[in-house]
Amino acid sequence: MSRWRTATGGRVDRTRTLAFRFDGTRYEGLAGDTLASALLANGVHLVGRSFKYHRPRGILTAGAEEPSALVTVRRDSARVTPDLRATQLELYEGLDALSLNRWPSLERDVGRINDWLSPLFPAGFYYKTFMWPKSAWKSLYEPVIRRAAGLGVAPTEPDPDRYAQCYAHCDVLVVGAGPAGLAAALAAADQGARVLICDEQSEFGGSLLADRHATIDGGPAAAWVAHAVADLAANPRVVCLPRTTAFGYFPHNLIGLAERLTDHLAAPAPHAARERLWQVRARSVVLATGAVERPLVFPGNDRPGVMLAGAGRTYLNRYGVRVGARVVLVTATDAGYEAAIDLHDAGVEIAGIADLRTAASGELPAAARAAGIEVTASATVLGTSGNRRVAGITIAQISSAGSSAARRTLACDAVLMSGGFTPSVHLFSQSRGTLRWSDDHQAFLPDRSAERERSAGACRGVVDLAETIADGLTAGAESAPSRTATARRIVATRPRSSDGGHLGAVPLASGASQKSFVDWQHDVTIKDLAIATREGFRSIEHVKRFTTTGMATDQGKTSNLNALAIVARAIDAPIPRVGLTTFRMPYTPTTFGTFAGPSRGDLFDPVRRTPIHDWAAAAGAVFEDVGMWKRARYFPQPGEDMHAAVARECRAVRSSCGLFDASTLGKIEVVGPGAAEFLERLYVNSWANLGVGRCRYGILCREDGFITDDGVVARLAADRFHVTTTTGGAPRVLAMMEDYRQTEWPDLEVWLTSTTEAWAVIAVQGPNARDVLRGCVEGIDLEASAFPHMSVAAARICGVEGMVMRVSFTGELGYELNVPADYGLEIWKAVHAAGAAHGGITCYGTETMHVLRAEKGYIIVGQDTDGTVTPVDAGLSWAVGRKKPDFVGRRSLQRQSMQAPDRKQLVGLRARDGRTLLDEGAQVADRPNQQPPMQLIGHVTSSYESAVLGSPIALAMVAGGRARIGQTLYVPMPGGDVEVDVVSPVFYDPKGERINA
Amino acid sequence: MPEAPARHVPSLPSADWMSPLPPATRLAFQGGLAARAAAARVFPLPDAQAVCQARCDGDRAGLWLGPDECLLLAPATTGAAALLEALRSAIGTAAHSLVDVSHRQVGLEIRGPQAERILNGACPLDLSLEQFPVGRCTRTVLAKAEIVLWRTQAQHFRVEIWRSFAAYAAALLQEIARDYVV
Repeated sequence: MSRWRTATGGRVDRTRTLAFRFDGTRYEGLAGDTLASALLANGVHLVGRSFKYHRPRGILTAGAEEPSALVTVRRDSARVTPDLRATQLELYEGLDALSLNRWPSLERDVGRINDWLSPLFPAGFYYKTFMWPKSAWKSLYEPVIRRAAGLGVAPTEPDPDRYAQCYAHCDVLVVGAGPAGLAAALAAADQGARVLICDEQSEFGGSLLADRHATIDGGPAAAWVAHAVADLAANPRVVCLPRTTAFGYFPHNLIGLAERLTDHLAAPAPHAARERLWQVRARSVVLATGAVERPLVFPGNDRPGVMLAGAGRTYLNRYGVRVGARVVLVTATDAGYEAAIDLHDAGVEIAGIADLRTAASGELPAAARAAGIEVTASATVLGTSGNRRVAGITIAQISSAGSSAARRTLACDAVLMSGGFTPSVHLFSQSRGTLRWSDDHQAFLPDRSAERERSAGACRGVVDLAETIADGLTAGAESAPSRTATARRIVATRPRSSDGGHLGAVPLASGASQKSFVDWQHDVTIKDLAIATREGFRSIEHVKRFTTTGMATDQGKTSNLNALAIVARAIDAPIPRVGLTTFRMPYTPTTFGTFAGPSRGDLFDPVRRTPIHDWAAAAGAVFEDVGMWKRARYFPQPGEDMHAAVARECRAVRSSCGLFDASTLGKIEVVGPGAAEFLERLYVNSWANLGVGRCRYGILCREDGFITDDGVVARLAADRFHVTTTTGGAPRVLAMMEDYRQTEWPDLEVWLTSTTEAWAVIAVQGPNARDVLRGCVEGIDLEASAFPHMSVAAARICGVEGMVMRVSFTGELGYELNVPADYGLEIWKAVHAAGAAHGGITCYGTETMHVLRAEKGYIIVGQDTDGTVTPVDAGLSWAVGRKKPDFVGRRSLQRQSMQAPDRKQLVGLRARDGRTLLDEGAQVADRPNQQPPMQLIGHVTSSYESAVLGSPIALAMVAGGRARIGQTLYVPMPGGDVEVDVVSPVFYDPKGERINA
Repeated sequence: MPEAPARHVPSLPSADWMSPLPPATRLAFQGGLAARAAAARVFPLPDAQAVCQARCDGDRAGLWLGPDECLLLAPATTGAAALLEALRSAIGTAAHSLVDVSHRQVGLEIRGPQAERILNGACPLDLSLEQFPVGRCTRTVLAKAEIVLWRTQAQHFRVEIWRSFAAYAAALLQEIARDYVV
C-alpha cells in the first residue's frame, strides 16, 4: 500500500487491486477508485498541461466540475475518447489513460514556452493579431493555430460501439441523489408516485459518501444512504439510474439523461450498448443538483497539488487517499476547516490554515484550533512554489492599512482551498427559470420556475444538512400527484459549515508576479479580465467572449462567479448588473453516439422499397434515392453504361413497349359529397366538369401562386377522386390538403386517405401497350374509342380487382395498372411475360422516364420548377380554370408582376451544332462572349441525349422565353459559349397523335 | 383469364417477442356522427367520444383515430369488397369516406414482458399500463416511421405500419431489443 493510501476507511474495495496505465506508466489502484483518486494514491498530481500556456496542471476537484484533470482514454484504436474528466472516470483493470496537450511528454513539454512568452499573448491577442494580412488567415494563421489549440484529439476511425435510446415517463424525476435528492425520491415514492432518480456518480449518496461527521436517523450517513437506496430499489415504481447525467432540460419537462453503461467495465460484453439516452417526460421535476465549491483566486493557484478543500476531504473519506503529507488550507469558509480536521485526524500534518476572514468563530474553526492547528486570520496568499507539484506557499496577514504583514512561506506538498459554494443552477437555468442574486448567499439562486419544477437543497442555497433533507422531503412529497401517506421524518445532525465565502481575487493578488487563475480550463487569469474591462467591456457576455472565460467544456462551473466578481469590482458595479451568462446543454460533455443512438447505417433513415423492388434488383437495376424511396434508375444489360442503357430503354418505349414501376407516386383518395368542390378550391384546374371515369392533369399552387406539386387526378365516382402526386411531394400535399380541409373549409364534407402504399402501379407504355395488356385486363375494352387517353376504370387485372388508368408520362399510348400492393410483384411478372409474347417488353427506370417526358416538354416539379414558377411560366395556362371564383394561389397570380411578359418561361433549347449536351443549371445569355458582370436571362433545367431525335435536347426557364422562340441564345459552358436555338418545349410528336393512338 | 396470383406481404423478421401478422382486411372510415352510428350497426366501432379506444367484436376491431376517423380491422377471410358493401348499405346516404387500405400497411405484434420497453426505445408515449391500458390505440411514431399502436393485451401490442416502413421498424425494434432480450 502506498504511503498516500490510508490503512482503512473509504468506500474502495481493498481486496481488489486494479492495474492501470497513465501515459504508459503502470500503476495500481483499488476497485471503487476514480482515475483521479488512483493517481493521487500513487502520489501523481501532475496530470496534464494547460490549454494556452501549457502549464503543469493537477487535479482541482473530485467531480463533474473538473476543469483541469482531463485525459484521453484508449481502449483500442477506434475507442479513443478525449477530454474525459479523471475525477469522473471509474477505474477498471487495464484502464489506459493519456494526458493531454503535451509534447513530447507531460514532464517535458515544448509548448510550455507559451507560459514564458505569455506577456505576448494577452486576452484578445488572437482577435487583434491575426487580422493582417487578410489572406494569411486561411493559409497560415488558421492551420497553425488550429494545430496548437484544442484539448485532445478526436478519434479518426468510425465508432464501433452501440448506443441505445429510450423514452420514459414518471410523476417525479429527481436529478441528483445526494441528501436532498434521496429525501425527495423517498418522499415522492411514499406518496405512490412513479419516480425516476438519477445521479451522475457511480453510486447514490452525493456529499454523504464523503461525510464523517453527519448523523442521520441515529446512524452514520453512509448507513442511511444504503438504507435509502435499498428502499428505492425495492419499490417497483421507482427507477434508479446511477452513472446517469441529466445533461439537458427541454420544454415541457422533457429531460435528457445520458446513462453510461459500460465505460466503467474492464471487459464489456461484446455487443453491449455503451451509453443510453433517456428522454424523460416528467410530470414534475425535483432538481437536487447540489453546489460546487469555488477555488480561491490567488497567485500560483494552479500548481499541481492545489485543490479544493472538499475534494481533499472526498479523496480521504471516500477513496482512502491522502492528497499530501503536509498540507496548507487556504479558506474563506468554515467548510474548509472540515477538510483540515479530517486530514489531521488521518495523520496528515496541517502546516497551517490561512483564513481570509478577520475571524472565524464557528464550531469547525474551533475544533481545528483545539486540534492544535495554527490559524492565520485576515490572511492572503502571495504566491506558491514548486515545479510539477506545489512545494511551498507564501501567506501573509493583511494589515488594517491593507498591506501585507507577517509574510511567511510554508513548505507543503498540497494546498487545499475553499472559497465558498456556488449552487448548481445549470438545469434550472436551462429550463428558463429565472435567477436572482442573493446577497445573503453571495450567489445566484433559483427564483421563478418556468416549468413544473422545484429545486431542493444546496442548489437553491440550503446548506445545513437537516434543512437540506427536510427541503428534499417537502419537494418530493409536493411533487407527487397525490398526497395521502403520512409525511416521512428524517433526523439529521451535522456540524455547521455554511459560514463564510469569498468571491473574486484574494487581496493583493493583482500586484503579484505569479498568475492568478480564474478559469483553469481556458487559462484565464485576473489579468486577462482586467484587460477586458480596460478595453471597455462591461457585460459578462462580452467579457466572456473576449477572454474566453467560462467558455470551455466545463462551462465555467468553478470559474464563472469569480470572474463575475472580479469584473464587478473592476468596473465598480454590483454583480447582478454585470450579469450572468446563459447555461446551455449539455451540463457535461455528451458523446455524439448518445445523440445518434441506433440511427446509423441502415437505420439512419427508413429505406422505402416498392413491392417490385426485389425483382428489379435481381434484373440488375441501378437504383436512385427519391426521398426515402429506392427507385430503379435504369436496367443496364451486360456491357452497357447508363447512357447506352437509357438510349435502349427510350427506343424500346417509343417503338414497342416499356414497363415501369410507378408505385412510389403519391396517391390520395379524396372522398365525400364535397370532394369536387374541395379540389376546385385547391387545384388551379376545374374539376366540376370532369366526368366520372375521366382523368385530368392537375396543378397545385401555394398561396403565393407558385407550383408546388402536380399529378393526374382521376374521378372514380361523383364523390370520389383518386389524386396522384409526385413521389417526393406526397406527404407535403396530404398535409397541405388536411390543413385546408380542417382549418379553411370545415364546411366541406370531404375526407382524405393516403393510398400511396395500397396500390402497386405498373406503367405499360409504348405503341404495343394495348396488345400486351389485352390478355391481362378483364372488364374494359381497351380500344381507343372505348377507353381513350385520360380514362380510368375498375378492372380485373391478371385475376385481381384493380384499376386501370390510361395516362402517359411518355407521350406514348400508355396505361397505368393499379393493383393491390401484395399482388404487385406477381402481376408485374405476368405483364412482363405477356410483353415477351407480344414482341418484347423493356423495363425502364426513372432516367428513361425523365428523358421521355422531356422530349414531350412535360415538367418535373422540383427540377424544372424551383418554387418561383407559376403555371403560366411553365406553359400550363391551359390548365388554369379561368372561370373559377377562387383557388389557392389565384390572388397571387392576378398580381401584375406575376403576369409580366419578361418572367422566366419554359422553352426548349437545342444546340446549334446538334451535338453539345448542355449542363443542367447552366445559365442562358442573349449575347455571346460577355465579360463579368454578365447579363443572364435564364437557366437550363433539364438536359438529355434524345435517342429518338438523335441529338441532345434541353428545357430551360428563360426571361420572356416564349417570345424568343426562333431566336438564338447562348449558354456559357466551361468550353465557351454554346449557340442554342430557342424552340417549343415539345420536341417530339407535337400534335400528340401517339398518345391518343 | 388468369387466376389470382400469389400474394406477397413484405418479408419481416420474427422473434420470441415479435411476429408479423397475417394479411388482414383494413378499411379507413371517416365520417360524421350519423355515418358512424350507422356503420356501428354492422361493425364494432368506438364512439366518437371514446378517444383512443379500440372496440372489438371477435376478430373484428374498430380503432379510434379521431372523432371522425376509425381504422377497421378484420381477418383477410372477410373480403374488403363484402365488408365495404355491408357498411355502405348500412350507412346509406350519410356523408362518409370508406377506403380499402388492406394492402397499404402490415401488422406487427410485439409481445412479452419487455414489449413496453422495446417499443419505448423508439416510441415517445407513456406505455405504462396505467396510462396506456389494454384497448388503447393511437397514431404515433416509431422513430422516423408513423404507426398506429394498439395494446391488445397487457403484454401484447399491435403495430400497424405502412408496408414500405415495416422493414425499417422491425429492424429498429430488433436493434433496440438487443439490450432487453437475450
